[in-house]
Amino acid sequence: MSHGTEAPPGADFEPTTWTGSARKKWMSTLPPEKMLPESQPSYVASWIYVFGMLTIVAMIIAIVSGVVITLGGVQWFHESSIGKFMNSLHYWSVQLFFLFMVVHLWGKYWMAAWRGKRALTWATGVLAFLTAVGVGFTGYVITTNFNAQWIAFEAKDVMNAIGVGSVFSVTNLGQMVTFHVAPLPIALVLIVAAHVLLVRKHGVVPPIDAIDHDAVAPAAAETETSEVVS
Amino acid sequence: MSRESRKARNAFYARPWTGPNRHYDILKEGAIALGVVTILVVALSALFSSPDDPALTFKGWAADAPDNFYSVMVSELAGTSGTATYGPPYNEGDGVSLGPLTLQKWGGVTHPVDSANDFVITPLSSQVEPNDVSAALKTWNAASADQQLKWAGDYDAAVQATADDNGDLHLDAVATGDYGPVPDLAKGALAMGTSGAYDNALTGQGQFFQTDQTKQLLLMGDGSYMDDRATELNLQGNTWGMMNEAGSWPGQQWLAFTSVWYQLPWFNAADDATGITRTLTDNADVIIAAILVLLLVTFTFTPFIPGLRDLPRWIPLHRLVWKDYYKKHGRQTS
Repeated sequence: MSHGTEAPPGADFEPTTWTGSARKKWMSTLPPEKMLPESQPSYVASWIYVFGMLTIVAMIIAIVSGVVITLGGVQWFHESSIGKFMNSLHYWSVQLFFLFMVVHLWGKYWMAAWRGKRALTWATGVLAFLTAVGVGFTGYVITTNFNAQWIAFEAKDVMNAIGVGSVFSVTNLGQMVTFHVAPLPIALVLIVAAHVLLVRKHGVVPPIDAIDHDAVAPAAAETETSEVVS
Repeated sequence: MSRESRKARNAFYARPWTGPNRHYDILKEGAIALGVVTILVVALSALFSSPDDPALTFKGWAADAPDNFYSVMVSELAGTSGTATYGPPYNEGDGVSLGPLTLQKWGGVTHPVDSANDFVITPLSSQVEPNDVSAALKTWNAASADQQLKWAGDYDAAVQATADDNGDLHLDAVATGDYGPVPDLAKGALAMGTSGAYDNALTGQGQFFQTDQTKQLLLMGDGSYMDDRATELNLQGNTWGMMNEAGSWPGQQWLAFTSVWYQLPWFNAADDATGITRTLTDNADVIIAAILVLLLVTFTFTPFIPGLRDLPRWIPLHRLVWKDYYKKHGRQTS
C-alpha cells in the first residue's frame, strides 16, 4: 500500500485503473497549455473573435438572474420592483446572448470554421443555438402575461402538428417551468461546455489560404513584432 | 479545388499551428467581457425595464365583447368551436397532416377536453345560479346527447346567421325556434364571465392546486378577444408575430428563420381559397416544421455539403477578418 502524495505522471505514465486511463486521455487531449493558453496564433486578432466569449458571459448573467427569479417564482416580477428588475436583467441578458451568439455563428460560417477536423465543433455550435431557442421559448411561455398566453396558444398548434404536444404541452405552465429551469438550461450548458472544449482541443481554425509556415524557409520567414511570443 | 488538394489543405488546417503567435490571456478576456456585458445589461434594464402586458381575463372578454363570449359558449355546447373540432391531443379528429403522415394523431388524446362540459356546464354547475339558469342546467342534464346537440346546433346556426358583412353578430335578431335550455345556459355563462366568476371557476377547475392552463387558453382562443388583441399588437403569424412580442420590444428575433416561412403567400390562403394553397395553409405548421428540420440538418452538416461549405471562399468576407495576417504573410495560392 502506498502512502503520501502521488508523483505527477510523466509521458511514460502507464495507468493501471480506469481513473488513471481517463487522466492520461484527458492530459493528452487537453493538456493545461491548451486549456488555459497564454498565447494564440497571431491571426486571432479581430473583433469577431470576441463574440464567442461575449455569448458565454451573457449566458452566465442569464443563468444567475434566472436562478434568482426562480427563487421568487414566476409571478414575482408582477408584484415586486426587485423582481421586475431581476426580470429585466434576465430579459436583456438573453437578448444580448442571442445577439452575440448569432453574430458568432455567422462569423464562424463566413470563416468556414469547420475546416481541419472541426466539423463537430461547428455541429455543437448549431446544437447550442437550437437548444437556446428552446430555453428562450419556454421562458416566454412562463411569463404569466399576455405574451405567455398568446405564444403558448399559437405554439401549441406547432407542437401538436409535429406530434409532440401530447408529451410537451406548452399550455401547461408547471411543465414549462420545469423545462425552462432544469433540463433545457442544463443541456445548453453541457453543449456549450463541449463546444468550448472542442475549440480548446483543436485550436482556432487558421485563415482560409493560410501559409504553411513550416514550408517557408527560415531566412524568408518574416520576423514578427514584439507582441509575438514565438 | 480538387479532392486531393482539399484533403491536403484540411490536413494542414488540422495540424497544430506552427506559425507566429501572440500573447493571449483567456481569463482576462473573460473577466473584461463579464464586466462589460454586466454593465450593458444593468444599463438596458435600468433604462428600458422589460415587457409585461397583463394577461387577458374572461371578465375582460365578457365585458368588452359580450356577443362574442355568448356565441362562443353556444358553439362549445354545439361542438362547433375551434377546440371542439381540434383533434388530438384534446379530442378525436384528424388534425393536420404532412401528406399521408398524420403526426398529430400519433400521440393520441392525452389531454381530453369536452368543450360543452368543461367550458360551460361544469363552470355553471360550480356556482349558485339564478332560477332560470338552474332550471336550464337541469333540463340539459336530463336530455339525451342527441337532444343536447340538436338544441345547441340549431341555436348555434341561428346565432351565426345573424352575422353581418363585417362578421358582427346581432343577437337580438336570432330567429325564434326550439333551442331548449341553450339560450339560458349561454346567458348564465355570460353573467358568470362578466362577474369574474369564470376566471376562478375555469382556472381552479374544482381543485385547490392547478398549474395547467390548457383549458383556459383553449377557451380563450376560441373567441375573437385574444385574437383581436394579438392583431392589434402585430403578433399574428403572417405579420412576423412569431418573433414579435407585445409592445416596442426586440422580441424573439432569433426565430426569424422560422417566422419568415409564415409570411409566404402559399401559407396564407384566403378563407375561400381552394386547391393546393388551401392544403398548404391548413397544414402550414407541420409543413413548415418539416422544412425547418431539413434546413437545420443541412446547416448542421454544412462542413460536408459541397457548395454550402464553399460559399465562404466564393464570397470572401473572411478577408476582412484576417486582413492583417494576409497583409503580412500573403495567401497560399495552390
